[in-house]
Amino acid sequence: MPRTVVPFGPQHPVLPEPIHLTLHCEDEIIKEAVPAIGYVHRGLEKLAEIRDHNQMVQVVERVCGICSMIHAAAYCAAVEQILGIKPPPRAEYLRVVWSELHRMHSHLLWLGLYADAFGFESLFMHFWRIRERIMDVMEATAGNRVIISVNVVGGVRRDLTPEQQKWVLSEVDWVEKEVARLKDVMMNDYTVKKRTVGVGILSKEQALELGAAGPMLRGSGVAQDMRMTGYHAYGELGFEPVVETDGDSYARSNVRFREVLAAVDLVRQAMAKLPDSELATAYKGRPKGEAVMRVEQPRGELLYYVKSSGGKYLDRVRIRTPTFANIPPLCAVLPGLELADIPVVVLSMDPCISCTER
Amino acid sequence: MLDSFIKKSRIKSPWLLHFDCGSCNGCDIETLACLTPLYDVERFGIINVGNPKHADILLVTGCVNHRNKHVLKTIYDQMPEPKVVVAIGACGLTGGVFRDAYNVVGGVDKVIPVDVYVPGCPGKPEAIIDGVVEALGKLSEKQNAAAAAVAAE
Repeated sequence: MPRTVVPFGPQHPVLPEPIHLTLHCEDEIIKEAVPAIGYVHRGLEKLAEIRDHNQMVQVVERVCGICSMIHAAAYCAAVEQILGIKPPPRAEYLRVVWSELHRMHSHLLWLGLYADAFGFESLFMHFWRIRERIMDVMEATAGNRVIISVNVVGGVRRDLTPEQQKWVLSEVDWVEKEVARLKDVMMNDYTVKKRTVGVGILSKEQALELGAAGPMLRGSGVAQDMRMTGYHAYGELGFEPVVETDGDSYARSNVRFREVLAAVDLVRQAMAKLPDSELATAYKGRPKGEAVMRVEQPRGELLYYVKSSGGKYLDRVRIRTPTFANIPPLCAVLPGLELADIPVVVLSMDPCISCTER
Repeated sequence: MLDSFIKKSRIKSPWLLHFDCGSCNGCDIETLACLTPLYDVERFGIINVGNPKHADILLVTGCVNHRNKHVLKTIYDQMPEPKVVVAIGACGLTGGVFRDAYNVVGGVDKVIPVDVYVPGCPGKPEAIIDGVVEALGKLSEKQNAAAAAVAAE
């Protein structure tokens, strides 16, 4: 049978971001998917050569607007390792609080977009309605809705007053309640299940072999989450990775759904244990040496490698992002699917192209 | 009569096309947030479309790079006249924090003409809505100018 070539992207209604997939189809069935990236490449790592290590914090925040705080925290932790300093305990806990708020907003955003991808628009609106409360929390505690610049090398620059803590806790309580209300619609609805259960199955072996990361990996039954390594203050909080075993789109959405609730729990734990201390450790001199930092971003494992030889500028900042790791598993999953399932399956990996291409 | 009906509906119910042109997602999610219940621009008759041939207003976020400038130009050319372009965020205006990076051409106005600039990193939903309202004024002006040109012929 002759093959039809269907271009998907770079500008496509379901994708907020440009990625291009060349889909080779026979009838409605995908036989091969070839990705092409580069539409968002800015050359951000190279900026390390003309920005000093403090200015780089602002640059790495803009690797990805959805998880900006986690990028900055990972970068700062890597530079702190090189400098041989440890941020004060309060800063470590505050980083956890903001990281988990970011995870909540990122997953709610994704759940909404995902609902939109299979045509359930009112569910999309509901998830984004809930998400707006978290944006309010960010704006009130950090001064900006999306890119919150709370990290500095050595700690954080903003504190949470006791009144703010109380308010944040009441807001996350509300979020938990509202998200729990949507559980039945997202997880048990007949039409939603028809579109997602058994679609785009990634087996455990494939996930490990192709190097999947984050919910894509945990949805296939591998309990691997960088937060288990206990960076920042995660080691002192009770944390269990969320794992599902089916490996289909439904399992991946279930992982993210449960992670929202897990993030609410982590915020509560961190707030309850918030120690009293300075916000940032003072240091002298410039970083000299190299360090690797691995953290868990909403989309999976994020790796920062920073190298410096003690000059004004850093020698190298290397960022390895989870979506890049998830593209090979995606391309392995697509062949054999129907064309109409492509938006759902592509979104089920939560693509963040601006992270991938930097 | 049909002409005046179309003219009125395009101003009263403008259709948006959003293109991410090398942004960090910050402005994109704020643009999407405008469509959701808290800001809800649909109450003004504004909807987001996926096809450039249906759109009146092009929202562009992010800095232009050497690869996506062709895509941006193609999308702009496909839109029917009259059309307006709104550039969103510091990157869309000048290149922002990435202006020195090797793959960045600069702001959106290096490639296509921009009518309204919305500053901010990222631009807040209120500012984006304000920018779109501003753009509607420009769209109306362009329509009147086009009608006057036709009448003069």
